[in-house]
Amino acid sequence: MSNAQNSDSKTIESALYDAGVKEYSAAGRHYYDIGYKPGDTQVLAAFRITPLEGVPFEEAAAAVAAESSFATWTAVWSDYLVDPSRYSARTYEIKPVPGRKDQVMAYIAYPLDLFEEGSMPNLMSSLAGNVFGFKPLRALRLEDVYFPPALLKTFQGPPHGIQVERDRLDKYGRPLLGATMKPKLGLSAKNYGRLVYEALRGGLDFTKDDENITSQPFMRWRDRYEFVMEAVKQAESETGERKGHYLNVTGGDMEEMYRRAELAKELGSRIIMVDYLIVGFTAFASLSKWCRANGMLLHAHRAMHTVIDRQPDHGIHWRVLAKWCRIVGADHLHNGTVVGKLESGRDSTIGINEMLRRDFAGTKDCLGYHFDQPWLSMPGMFPVASGGIHVWHIPELVSIFGDDVILQFGGGTVGHPWGSAAGATANRVALEAVVQARNEGRHLIAEGPDILKAAAKSSSELRVAMETWQGITFDYKEVDTLVKV
Amino acid sequence: MKTETFSYLAPLSNEQIAQQIQYFLNQGWIPGIEYTAQIDPTTAYWNWWKLPLFGAKTPGEALTEIEACKAAHPACFIRVTAYDNNRQGQVMGFVVHRPGGGE
Repeated sequence: MSNAQNSDSKTIESALYDAGVKEYSAAGRHYYDIGYKPGDTQVLAAFRITPLEGVPFEEAAAAVAAESSFATWTAVWSDYLVDPSRYSARTYEIKPVPGRKDQVMAYIAYPLDLFEEGSMPNLMSSLAGNVFGFKPLRALRLEDVYFPPALLKTFQGPPHGIQVERDRLDKYGRPLLGATMKPKLGLSAKNYGRLVYEALRGGLDFTKDDENITSQPFMRWRDRYEFVMEAVKQAESETGERKGHYLNVTGGDMEEMYRRAELAKELGSRIIMVDYLIVGFTAFASLSKWCRANGMLLHAHRAMHTVIDRQPDHGIHWRVLAKWCRIVGADHLHNGTVVGKLESGRDSTIGINEMLRRDFAGTKDCLGYHFDQPWLSMPGMFPVASGGIHVWHIPELVSIFGDDVILQFGGGTVGHPWGSAAGATANRVALEAVVQARNEGRHLIAEGPDILKAAAKSSSELRVAMETWQGITFDYKEVDTLVKV
Repeated sequence: MKTETFSYLAPLSNEQIAQQIQYFLNQGWIPGIEYTAQIDPTTAYWNWWKLPLFGAKTPGEALTEIEACKAAHPACFIRVTAYDNNRQGQVMGFVVHRPGGGE
């Protein structure tokens, strides 16, 4: 058949279907459907929408629902081959954002069949895809996503979870203690192993690779792994305690990451680490499954999150990236410290910690979230508080975070005037004294300094640490504060 | 050896041990007593002294069992554990006796 014979449509005078561009919020389309009651299998999302001037809120909210689900910018004839109502997301509620006349919070329900089972990338490419570049919007921010049980159950979550990790480590009733090895870059493998050994023998549970340590010329990964594991084993046999070092397996490709993970296992490591946002959710999911299959704990570092989450008007809120981390599955995730050097709003940080740990993450406890999230039987994971914290912060940290948290003192360990073994001991003594006092019913905020001073009487390491960091605080205003809608 | 929670503090007095066990009971946890001749990071299971104290109402009951365990195994390490049947796992463990009284 020739092209000429196949061009009958050129001769047709009138349109064969209702072509052209229609408003997203037009009646008869489903994208703006205030009062619609989402079904119990639907995915729900909260978006903070800032339309361009002149674009009505309802049109912008309908457009977000449309562009993140079924629609394209114009009617197309092939729409008639499916039932659009089955695949259209619907904006079912909009709320004003206090203090922002130019914004609205839109709540959108997505039919379950829009998403592939067990695939976070697939969900992201709808909810966090092209819609973020849509021209009528000045800015768009994903503030929360609810996973219905029907979708949640297609993911496996943390490879082990909090309780199994505690059992594997034989550590109970207190926060775990860690430290990142410093300086970040430049140490030889043998010197690096020395740092690990000193910190672990002094009383830490974990030491950690920095997020940008992989396999640079000054310290290749295989050398680092071998010296580090020698250090871990020596510290374990001297103290009688189980310990670990988060060996960063982040690599240039998946095959290389597997290669590194396999050696870590062969050398007897209990845990590996990955920069989960940087490697991407596909690689992260693969590594999570490898960890479950191989009995290895997985520490997730959140490097790059601030690129995505720090602007209040645009991007994806950290609370969403953290929820996705639990769903895809790591055993540890860095969250804020509240008191340390990095941006970390108090309510928001506490809300995310609770989301990571609870069986039922309700919005009453998980401040900042818009949807109650039942986790069913998916295990909880340890939040990690790291960045600019030291012994004086311990009473407040235990008071805020409770026991199921990993407190990481990098500078606060290695920066001790007597070296990192003494720094580790100082932190461990302070932590145990604070937990003991809490269990005795004492008030950690009011009595914190007294508890530490009393403990320092039998620990010169703690006394010197307290002298070194007395009065060091980081009081800066937050860029992104929690909004209550 | 520095194993278990509180191992970096000065040895706990009987009164301090009682306060910790009272905390367990307040949480609804079940105290237990275990002993071992040698601490080794590869050995998770110490010997149980009897069964966990499922019916314990006061710290004194646990302290009595700790003393009985000490008398029977003076050369062993003894630890107190706690089980939480809501969380379905162990939730606490600290050493209350070291051979010779030292570390």
